[in-house]
Amino acid sequence: MKETKLRLSRADKIFYYCNDLLLLLALLIVLYPLIYIFSASFSGREAVVTGKVFLWPVDFSLEGYEAVFRDPRIVIGYMNTLFYTVAGTLINITLTIMAAYPLSRKTMVGRNIIMYLFAFTMLFNGGLIPNYLLIKNLHMIDTRWAMLLPAGLSVFNVIIARTFYQTTISQELYEAAAIDGCSHVKFIWHIVMPLSKAITAVLVLFYGVYHWNSYFNAFIYLKSDSLYPLQIVLRDILVQNNIDPSTITDPESMMRKQGLADLVKYSIVVVASLPVWLVYPFVQKHFVKGVMIGSIKG
Amino acid sequence: MSLDADPVKLNYAAHPAAIRRKKLWRQMKIDYQLYFIILLPFAWLLLFQYGPMYGLQLAFKDFHVFQGIWGSPWVGFKHFAKFFESYQFLSVVKNTILISLYELVAGFPIPIILALALNATLRTKFKQAVQFITYMPYFISTVVMVGIILQFLNPRIGIVNLALGHLGVDPINFMGDPSMFKSIYVWSGIWQHAGWGTIIYLAALSGISQEIHEAATIDGASRMQRIWNVDLPGIAPTITTLLILNMGHIMGIGFEKIYLMQNPLNIASSEVISTYVYSVSLASSAPNYSYATAIGFFNSFINLFLIMTVNQIAKKVGETSLW
Repeated sequence: MKETKLRLSRADKIFYYCNDLLLLLALLIVLYPLIYIFSASFSGREAVVTGKVFLWPVDFSLEGYEAVFRDPRIVIGYMNTLFYTVAGTLINITLTIMAAYPLSRKTMVGRNIIMYLFAFTMLFNGGLIPNYLLIKNLHMIDTRWAMLLPAGLSVFNVIIARTFYQTTISQELYEAAAIDGCSHVKFIWHIVMPLSKAITAVLVLFYGVYHWNSYFNAFIYLKSDSLYPLQIVLRDILVQNNIDPSTITDPESMMRKQGLADLVKYSIVVVASLPVWLVYPFVQKHFVKGVMIGSIKG
Repeated sequence: MSLDADPVKLNYAAHPAAIRRKKLWRQMKIDYQLYFIILLPFAWLLLFQYGPMYGLQLAFKDFHVFQGIWGSPWVGFKHFAKFFESYQFLSVVKNTILISLYELVAGFPIPIILALALNATLRTKFKQAVQFITYMPYFISTVVMVGIILQFLNPRIGIVNLALGHLGVDPINFMGDPSMFKSIYVWSGIWQHAGWGTIIYLAALSGISQEIHEAATIDGASRMQRIWNVDLPGIAPTITTLLILNMGHIMGIGFEKIYLMQNPLNIASSEVISTYVYSVSLASSAPNYSYATAIGFFNSFINLFLIMTVNQIAKKVGETSLW
């Protein structure tokens, strides 16, 4: 390594210097807003409103977080989202494997037609109203099913899984198992699943993050507060500006109440994004892997 | 059982198509379990993906709730004509295309530059740190992202206006200014997605053989020259493929983020096809389902047409295509 450094020409030295500077700039542009949100969420309300927060928390306080957890909508939303994420991902994984495995078997007659039918839906779909009417005719409006079934699988993820099975689970492997009397179902359970833990992890992550972050289906199909996922509650608070007055217990002036409302938003952003960010450092590699497999033409 | 034992073997020899059919049938019998396994996802596909396509006929009908999709009367292209003639048509289509083009021109090169820079740096730990941090915003949900935008650009307490205040600039109501909307939408998107967008290019860059780099170095190429003559040609197919995909989506701007960023003040520059469909149907006090379906159909059709065309062009011009 040292040797290469010594041999660097003047032009290259300047290049590497500028190159690292560029990366540093990119790093700071992305990082600063994140740090600011984090610091603001732990600051006092006056400090946030008057712009005293620059890098670190000013007048450290937890009142933003206290207000967040006093809001019953957020607690209910959190629980609902947790349910949708776990149940939804379970359905997704099951359906995805059930679609991807058969489509990965080259001997399957008609697999190209079936694959084409799946892939076509990535290019064309019915649109908002036909989807809404379908869910309505199925009597799933304002039920938990509307959050789980329409998002049953993603064709993109089916292609990722199929590509993986095609390259790692050979036909010979199946034939060897079949001679010993192993059926396809048993083969999936006892051979494919253990051999494809990596890709299953990728799928769980993609689907999990999708469910945690999605709001569109809830926005279109749900009407009851008791069913709302976190993202709908967040929309009310962050975008529509509906702060639950009961969470602001301070009997002080409107100005101060508004100050707490401003502060709460930063705390909410942190609370809502934290679960994903806590998991993220441990699974970053899997995500990257998923994107790379997805980029291979199936 | 071998073919020789088959008494009708002679007939098969005269009809190769029959043999083929027989072979396929035999293979299907062997693999019958595969069809059982895919039955459930396939049923899902028919119901939840192709089911709504059945509802597309509403675009050519006048929808009446009690008569349902099938029973409503046909009206031909009435709703399409109404959309093309409406005063919103031009502005909605214009906004859709302008935002997409802006996104493409500003947002497409940045992940490429970032990936080339990441690939070139000699500091491994630094590289990992930049990747780790710049991937993070990708995991912020749309709602939270828009919440952050609104909070940062807030005229009273937003950090942008507070900073401008220190410079003696009066607070600017960014979200209330139609001329700012597209820039805010596009640049916040770049902030959120540029890092994540590098992954695919980094994968392509890592596939470039080290020997080419060594050969170029021996021939006296500087690092900058190697970026131009080794790295960039190496990832050119990836760039083309992604460019095709992006061009195919020029009319397909998503609903979620735009809708959340809309307000009555910026609507002139923020109403796109997908939000317009919502506003005349589910959000309307006098919803017109058929009209909304027609607009959606028009949009989906254009998207399909665009991606097919762009793919055909790419096939003719270069060797890369999506399928």
